[in-house]
Formats: sequence, C-alpha cells, structure tokens
Amino acid sequence: MDTSVNLAGLRLKNPVLTASGTFGFGLEFEPYGDLAVLGGIVVKGLSLEPRQGNPMPRLAETPCGMLNSIGIQNPGLEAFVRDKLPRLPWREVPVIANLYACSLDEFAELAGVLSAEQGVAALEVNVSCPNVSRGGAAFGQDPAQIRAVAEAVKARCANKPVMVKLSPNVTDIAVCARAAEDGGADALSLINTVLGMAVDARTRRPRLANVVGGLSGPAVKPVALRCVHQAVRAVSIPVVGVGGVCCAEDVLEFILVGAHAVQVGTANFMRPDAAFAIASDLPGLMRGLGLDGLEGYRGSLILPGPGRGG
Amino acid sequence: MRHGACREVKVLEVVPLGQSKRPGEFFELRLELPDWEAWRPGQFVMLRPLSWGLELVWGRPFSIASADRGVLCVLFQALGRGTRRLAGLRPGDQVLVWGPLGNGFAVDPGKRTLILAGGMGLAPFRAYVERHPAPDLIRLFFAHRFPLECYPFDYLSGLVDAVRVEERSPGDLALVIDALRAEMAAFDQRGLILACGPTPFLGTVRDRALELGLAERTQLSLEERMACGVGACLGCAVKDAGGGNVQVCSRGPVFWAGDVQLGRG
Repeated sequence: MDTSVNLAGLRLKNPVLTASGTFGFGLEFEPYGDLAVLGGIVVKGLSLEPRQGNPMPRLAETPCGMLNSIGIQNPGLEAFVRDKLPRLPWREVPVIANLYACSLDEFAELAGVLSAEQGVAALEVNVSCPNVSRGGAAFGQDPAQIRAVAEAVKARCANKPVMVKLSPNVTDIAVCARAAEDGGADALSLINTVLGMAVDARTRRPRLANVVGGLSGPAVKPVALRCVHQAVRAVSIPVVGVGGVCCAEDVLEFILVGAHAVQVGTANFMRPDAAFAIASDLPGLMRGLGLDGLEGYRGSLILPGPGRGG
Repeated sequence: MRHGACREVKVLEVVPLGQSKRPGEFFELRLELPDWEAWRPGQFVMLRPLSWGLELVWGRPFSIASADRGVLCVLFQALGRGTRRLAGLRPGDQVLVWGPLGNGFAVDPGKRTLILAGGMGLAPFRAYVERHPAPDLIRLFFAHRFPLECYPFDYLSGLVDAVRVEERSPGDLALVIDALRAEMAAFDQRGLILACGPTPFLGTVRDRALELGLAERTQLSLEERMACGVGACLGCAVKDAGGGNVQVCSRGPVFWAGDVQLGRG
C-alpha cells in the first residue's frame, strides 16, 4: 500500500498533516502516538516576537465545531528555534513552520530565519492577520496582498516549499488561489477558520471576549470541500485540504476532490490520538476501496454530466 | 512527568448524589480505570463519551476523585450540555479518557495540611485524603451552597478533622469569607494550605495567603474551560505573576498562590 505523497517536492509518507494551532509544537502529543507516523507536522503560528494573544474567554464549543479567538499566542521565532525545533523528530517527519506577520517585511524576515533551519522542511504562510501598514484590512481578503506576501516569503525561503494558507472568508476563493500561485507559492492549504460568533441569551454577552472568532471542526467540512473543489480547478500547484477532517474517510474525500494532502485540526482536541489514528487507518480504508495508491484517486470525483439536471 | 495515554473505557455506574434535595444535579461517575502507571491527587482527566460523535467536539475536564481498585471516579454537577449528557450515561457505555493530566497537589506528610474546598472543589480532596500518609495532620474546611448530601463531605469528615459552613442565601457569603479568613489565620504557619473551588473563593484564599505571608505554602487548583487538556489549544490560559499567559491544563491545574493572578478581564 503506497500512501506517500509528493507535496511540491516534499516527500510525505502519507497525506495526514496536523493543522497549525491545533497540535501545539507537536511535543504536547508525543504521549498519544509516534509523531513519526504522521505525514507532517504544521506547528503553531509563529511571529517575530512573542505574542500573548487575545483576552479570555477565547474558545467556545458550538454544534459539531468550535470557535476560537486565541490570537496567535506564541513564544516567538527565537524561542521556537532554540527550545522547540531541536526537540522535534524532524529527521523522521517533515516539520512545517507556520508564519504569522502583519507586514511584508516581517513575513520576509520570518521566512529568512525559518527556512535557514535544517529542521524546517517547508513554510506555511498565514495571511489572516490584518495588514497594519495597509490600515488593518486582512492580507487574506485582498488578492493583490496575497500575491505580495507569497512573493515576499518566496524571495527568502531558500528554495524550501512555500504553502499559502487561504481564508474562506472571501467572495471568490479561486481568485485568491490564483493570486498565491502568481506570487510563487508552491502549494496552498485551505481553509483557515470561518468567521463566526456565539452569544449567550441569558447573560446577553458574546461567548468570546473578542466577540467574533474562527469556526472549525466537522461543521466546516462542507465549506472546506467546496473551497478545495474550486481551488484545484483554478491553479496547477498542489492543494492541501483543511477543515473538519476527523477520520480516514474524510482524508479520502478531500483527495477525491483534488487535494494532495490534508491537515487534521479540531479532531486533535476531540481525542489527542486522532491524527495518529487517521494516519494508521488510511491504508486499511484504501485497501477496502481497492486503491493501491493515492495518485490515481486524486481528483477522480465523478461530477454530473451536462444536461442531466433534475 | 509523562502523561498517560488516551483510552476507551466502559462506564461502570453513574451514581446520583443528593437525590432527595437536588434531584438530577450531582453525580459520581464510575469508570473502568485505564492502565495508568502513576497518578497524583490534584491531577485531572479529560472525558469524552464516544456517543458524542461529532456533535460535542471537546472532552470535559474533571478532577480525579479517586482511582483505585480498577475504578476511576469523578464527581460533577450537571450544569451544561456536556455534563447533562454525562449524567445520562449507562453502564457499559464507552468513554474516551485521557490523563492523568496536570501536576497535582504538594504532599508533606510531616506537616499539618489545611484543605480549603468550595462546593465541587471538594472532589480532588477525596483522592488527596485517601492517599495521604498522615490524615490525622489534615484539617478540612468546606464551604457549600447545596445540601451536604451532594458532596462527599460526610465520608471525608470521618477520615479527617473537618468543619463546614453553608451559604444558604447570598447574604451568607460574607460569613463564609470571614470563616475562611479566620481559618487561615488560625492555621499552623509552617503547614501546607491547599484550595480548590470557584474562582472568587480561590481569590479570597489567594489574597489572604498574601496578607499572612503564606503564599509560598498555599496552593490553588484552578478550573478553566479547555478543549484539549494537553497544552495545545491555549484556551485555558490564566495570568502568571508577571502578567504572562500560562495554561491551566499543562502548567497547573495546581499553582502556588503567588504564581497566578485570578479573575478575568
């Protein structure tokens, strides 16, 4: 059984990655499985300086999902390189650093430092931050800005693959996907969280101190599948599906729609061994479906033919 | 310390507590004990019944009330979507357990120990008292709002020197606070003070410990909403003494009184 995937030159033993912000720095999950069985680990978003994130409460459980407004709390670039990366088994499993910045210069600086680290296999770029130098509009909602960020990171990435993580909170995901590809991105990951809100009818207060937050979990899987479906038609670079992956069958659904790999996010909270279980369940499921590899299955979704409406 | 792994275990029994006074509200959940190598009183577990499927995505954190002779016990009050569904579990139902998590309480068998518990904050002290090598050195102060039958107080008062105050109406709160403050002032200055309860209760304990110069002998077990329990979701952060964020799940839930700030905002 061949579960391996070539993701923009990055050889993954299987298509199961972990989603940034849901798997810490990987080390938190070592008691629950062997990190080396994963296709890759995307670590918590990193900024140049340490960040405290948003005020509490910053999580709320919602039906089949959750909202978060953590706000990229992280120990900063230097602490990651010094304290976290050396402890990760990066020789056995690709470690993908997730970059969070609020200006093009910061993105470029993060890319330069992280790509120089032997233990960092690839970069994932989070474009959901408000662009401070452009009056606060999120990078990820402006195709021109997405392209500019991709270019800035690509220029400093030391030829390591650059994956741009796209937001679903846009009018046309295909336009954003093309903008990232035009900027030189080697791959795309989508979707980031869906902007949402929860309130308490009794206390009359929002459930998050930040009022709004990002929805994730099984509830967003249909949105993610739709976005991947549209993105793979718009670009020729590989796409990584993110959103509500909870089991091996979900992995195949994203690959069927055209993704090269997936990221497991909220499922890591549903049970801390989720990503390991999904990676180990995949070969059995593939065998059951008569698949000996993923290449031929990818994008083989059978769409209704013309004139067959009704 | 290495955490235990994630295991599917069976429900043995859901025992209602205080049925005559508060029916359907307080419970002892008894589960098969996973194959843990070790655990400490004050640690907690995350529980997520398999029947929750995709609907409720988080496990729920509970103090270990006991883990002995093949049985893991937690005590809870059914207050929200998760705990109400836990109360409806039946023997044989499968529950995912990950733990033991967090750090646990200090133990000093050579010193007197004062336990300060508010409401369901009594739960971890059942394990603490049962496991303590010298229970005759323990004094328990218990403040509660609901009838005594809802808590394991009678059982514990048979094992250690125990007093209680009841808050029958909101007007009694000042009495509870006065009693708590007096209890701490009268206690052996060289002993150990351990507290668990609602955040305002812990805030009173913390303030009093600082006043009396006992912050380095006083531990607080905090409760926070959390998704993962393992230090990844960053939902359960509280402020440390320097104003930085620390996670209750992985750096606590037990903190020395001088090392955390309490209260939100």
